[in-house]
Amino acid sequence: MKTKAKYVIIGGGISGMSIAYHLAKKGEKNIVVIEKDYYTAGATGRCGAGIRQQWGTKMNCILAKKSIEFFEKAQEELEYDGNVEFKQEGYLIVGSNKEEDEMFEKNVKLQQSLGIPAKKLTKEEAKEIVPYLNTDIVYSATFCPTDGHLNPFTTTDAFYKAAERLGVTFYKYTTVEDIIVENKKVKAVVTDKGTIETDHVINAAGGWAKQIGDMAGVDIPVYSQNREILVTETVEKMQGPMVISFSKNIYCQQTPHGAFIMGRGDDRKPGYEMLSTWQFVDEMAKTVTALLPPIGELRVLRQWGGLYNMSPDHQPIISDTPNLKGFYIACGFSGHGFMLAPMTGLLLSEIILGEQPTLPVDGLSLARFEGMDTSDIEKSVV
Amino acid sequence: MDNKNVIICRCSDVTMEELYDLFDKGYTSFEELKRIKRVGMGPCQANTCGKMVQWELAKYLNKPLEDVKFQNYRPFTLGVKLNAIKEASEDEDES
Repeated sequence: MKTKAKYVIIGGGISGMSIAYHLAKKGEKNIVVIEKDYYTAGATGRCGAGIRQQWGTKMNCILAKKSIEFFEKAQEELEYDGNVEFKQEGYLIVGSNKEEDEMFEKNVKLQQSLGIPAKKLTKEEAKEIVPYLNTDIVYSATFCPTDGHLNPFTTTDAFYKAAERLGVTFYKYTTVEDIIVENKKVKAVVTDKGTIETDHVINAAGGWAKQIGDMAGVDIPVYSQNREILVTETVEKMQGPMVISFSKNIYCQQTPHGAFIMGRGDDRKPGYEMLSTWQFVDEMAKTVTALLPPIGELRVLRQWGGLYNMSPDHQPIISDTPNLKGFYIACGFSGHGFMLAPMTGLLLSEIILGEQPTLPVDGLSLARFEGMDTSDIEKSVV
Repeated sequence: MDNKNVIICRCSDVTMEELYDLFDKGYTSFEELKRIKRVGMGPCQANTCGKMVQWELAKYLNKPLEDVKFQNYRPFTLGVKLNAIKEASEDEDES
């Protein structure tokens, strides 16, 4: 193992890979990525594989829009020999009451003002997009045709291979045990395979980001929470867009491979367990068969859990650390780190290198939570 | 037989040649093979190919079979229709 590096990135999920790629693309050398398991073992490989721009806060909308612009050309830009399985057939968001309809109105206005091609639909118009949608239990909907799907495993693999070609070093199955700090500067990362001296530590540890922060003495106001998901057998194509509903607590899409992936967010105690429960399967079966009846005929093959890393305003933390030089953070994605990864890598590499960021990044800073204004909390989360 | 013609994962149509190609590229655990090539992700849930893949990995890595980690077991054991789950769950709610 190397004993010195300019940058040590902790976390081999999509965020860590994107940060490594963007740093290396800007010409930086001597970058190391450390992953305690295999790549995508955490939240990336457990996510719902959707990418959407229909958000309720300006920051999330812009991050998502610019990320999708990257994903549209990711296969070529990353020169990937596999297939990232990009599918751009939209997200149909369905609501069940007047209150939600008002939120849609407000959200779509915001999205359109930012150049996102979302529109508000009547339930009849929604049915034209997904003909088997049970509109008896739908009030209204919104649709954005440029939202879609990407395979989390191959997309991460694409970033990994591109970063490796640019000279990044990777250590998988390697656990970070401590971070050495001296005079308010990071000095080294201690792992179970050896110690690496470094001036830059990047915390992209997803569900475990708080623990990594604690090792460096940085208190990050995030917590992790198990979210469950299931996948069905594969069938011929029957559904174009992802269908989601905040009030009904469901997201459900058919991947290009043919399987349906669906999940929901039941309130769970903060923690690190990623268990599968029969209660989830019961609730999921009831919700999906009510909203999308023909899917009831599909067999469930597998279920699993994964960690949402929740921030106080449900928007990411992509930031340096005011009181610790050389410590950088990309976490708190609140369930949406996969789809925002291109911007995560770009913005954090700009922050690290002291460049003018592509977007104003104050709204992503760790410092924003001190005396936080609670009016801009993202509510469009399943 | 030619490795090109040996299908090791029948659900996901993965040949022995593709499997060894992945080994050579550094994907040498069941969890990684599964994620990159869908080995063991189909209807049989690795009940058919799992042991064979594990055995090939053991040969490739020159390790005893018991030292080659198999995938995490995740529910279900067999595919079950969502309608059947819904009905069973509603029956339970009534009783």
